[in-house]
Amino acid sequence: MMPPTRQNNGSPLLDVRDLRVAFRTPDGVLEAVRGISFSVDRGRVLGIVGESGSGKSVATQTMVGLTQGARVSGEAFFEGENLLAMPPEQLRAIRGRGIAMIFQNPLSSLHPFYRVGWQIVEMIQAHDAMTKRLARTRAIELLGLVGIPRPDRRVDDYPHQFSGGMLQRAMIAMALALNPRLLVADEPTTALDVTVQAQILRLLRRVQQEFGMAVILITHDLGVIAEVADEVVVMYAGRAMEAAPRRELFRAPSHPYTRGLLESIPRADGEGARLTPIRGQPPSAIAPPPGCPFHPRCAHAFERCRANVPPLIPVPGVARHLSACWLGEEGRP
Amino acid sequence: MTTSAVAPPARPGEPLVRLEHVVKDFPVKSGSLFAKSRERVHAVADVSLDVRRGDTLALVGESGCGKSTLARCLMRLHDLTGGRVLFDGHDISTSTQGELRPFRRRMQMVFQDPYGSLNPRRRVGSIIGDPFEIHGLRHGADRVKRVQELMELVGLNPEHYNRFPGDFSGGQRQRVGIARAIALRPDFIVCDEPVSALDVSIRAQILNLLDGLQDELGLTYLFISHDLSVVRHVSDRVAVMYLGKVVELAPVRDLFGHARHPYTRALLSAMPAPDPDRADTREEILLAGDPPSPLDPPAGCGFHPRCPRAQARCATEVPALAPCPGDAAEHLAACHFPVADGEAPAAAGSARQEAL
Repeated sequence: MMPPTRQNNGSPLLDVRDLRVAFRTPDGVLEAVRGISFSVDRGRVLGIVGESGSGKSVATQTMVGLTQGARVSGEAFFEGENLLAMPPEQLRAIRGRGIAMIFQNPLSSLHPFYRVGWQIVEMIQAHDAMTKRLARTRAIELLGLVGIPRPDRRVDDYPHQFSGGMLQRAMIAMALALNPRLLVADEPTTALDVTVQAQILRLLRRVQQEFGMAVILITHDLGVIAEVADEVVVMYAGRAMEAAPRRELFRAPSHPYTRGLLESIPRADGEGARLTPIRGQPPSAIAPPPGCPFHPRCAHAFERCRANVPPLIPVPGVARHLSACWLGEEGRP
Repeated sequence: MTTSAVAPPARPGEPLVRLEHVVKDFPVKSGSLFAKSRERVHAVADVSLDVRRGDTLALVGESGCGKSTLARCLMRLHDLTGGRVLFDGHDISTSTQGELRPFRRRMQMVFQDPYGSLNPRRRVGSIIGDPFEIHGLRHGADRVKRVQELMELVGLNPEHYNRFPGDFSGGQRQRVGIARAIALRPDFIVCDEPVSALDVSIRAQILNLLDGLQDELGLTYLFISHDLSVVRHVSDRVAVMYLGKVVELAPVRDLFGHARHPYTRALLSAMPAPDPDRADTREEILLAGDPPSPLDPPAGCGFHPRCPRAQARCATEVPALAPCPGDAAEHLAACHFPVADGEAPAAAGSARQEAL
């Protein structure tokens, strides 16, 4: 768990404790999230980075009740209330107003038959008693705020008339409509071109500061993390392997998995040299290896790693830097 | 390997593939049932490029810039609207499928999606053996042995010959695709976003494999990617495309160190780096809006509506792809007002365009 910086009423905005999520599949029980804890403070950006199947999306979707049919345990306190123990009605009220979400593919979140503006208006009216006219004015205002040119006209466009970047802007506008305290952005720029990605990241950072929102940014891209996150959690096979403030994570990564990820990315100065990949393949989520899930790919693994799961514990001497690795514990390199 | 009728003389550095003024248009379906549409998408608009033997030329640009269409024209998977493609000195731009056959053996492709490009119902051994089947080479036990050698070469376990693609992870499937591509010992491989669909920890394995095979087999690559950090790692030369045209072409070091075209500079500045210090301090050139439609490209320089340096001339006059003053003959840029070293891309006095 990340020791929160005390502010406001002293407790973090979101405090997730030992969250576990499992799905029944024809091949057996798939434990997508295997006990992770993290917290997000008001107005801060938490980056969750991981590869496909690491559980990074499932963890956040479970909090807002979007994983139907999953077996869930643990707690997720949002402003002091446990989201995981909440009746669906109450959770629905929190979705949108308390926690808003944007996803990788905005087209799948917008109905193709309805005008973009109409869909924003519907969303506003579903939560707020507001006249259609007022809601429409608000929609235009929001579209302008997120950088859609001529919002008074574009409000009547259909989703297919928007480019990918504009759709993601529209999704951000919709997410902002109810002034949420937390925005969960799940791979928001992965489908976008690099110049558009830069625009959207800049926009996210701007609205985050303007609205004083907290953001959970989920991504596979360490570059995106380096751009916008305040704190970072690195996930692998359903577990948090490392958690640290952004600069600390990139300056002094502690976990062999994090180090391996950073070494396998082509570097500006390493032109032409062979990369150092992480050997092997990611583990199966249905039959993961015992002990530390990374041990079959880890160059430093020893007996203890094969038998016991290492807890996420503080890296000695560094504030707010946690790592789940027996190496530190045993005093090995 | 049987020697082909058009065996390459070994002349490293000479062009293996040459594109001359390649143009590719696609007709667009019109809204009306009856009116025959005259509208055309200008996917590739007059591109001339050499791919040198033993080199890796990277083709970069954003979606819709024409990079994949250009590669397909080169492979003659599309017919050309105009221009010529020369492979090892032979003009193949109008060759029939039969005439192309000996060349097909020498040019192969690796695709982005290791899931979509392998038939899930066929065993990987027989998928890798496809090129032998198509060209009627190596039969029976000889073929199996050769396929197993290929599997070994790309880091797959030869004992997995009889497994199905579904039994493999994304990275292993991409190895299958690569084994198939090198089966006939080609000279030239188009790698179309070969690592974009792979996880970060697997990407480096595949990049190293491609790198090793290039040395071992003397391959020439055309490497298509939107990921500039990958491009910087793999390529010798880089061509940047925008709206169907090459806007800058340079050795990799010049491109990343001394980009001249404002679009290249914007691309480089948008590249997220896993380095907080760089993320916090680097110049950020945000382009306004999205690339224009290739249906109706702007007059003059295609980039001018989004360019922070654009002036009146840019809207009327198409800039030629040529060396900028003081640059080596190798380094070409198509810009009337190229960016000098150390200069901020936004010209003094011009409003910095921001989409926000």
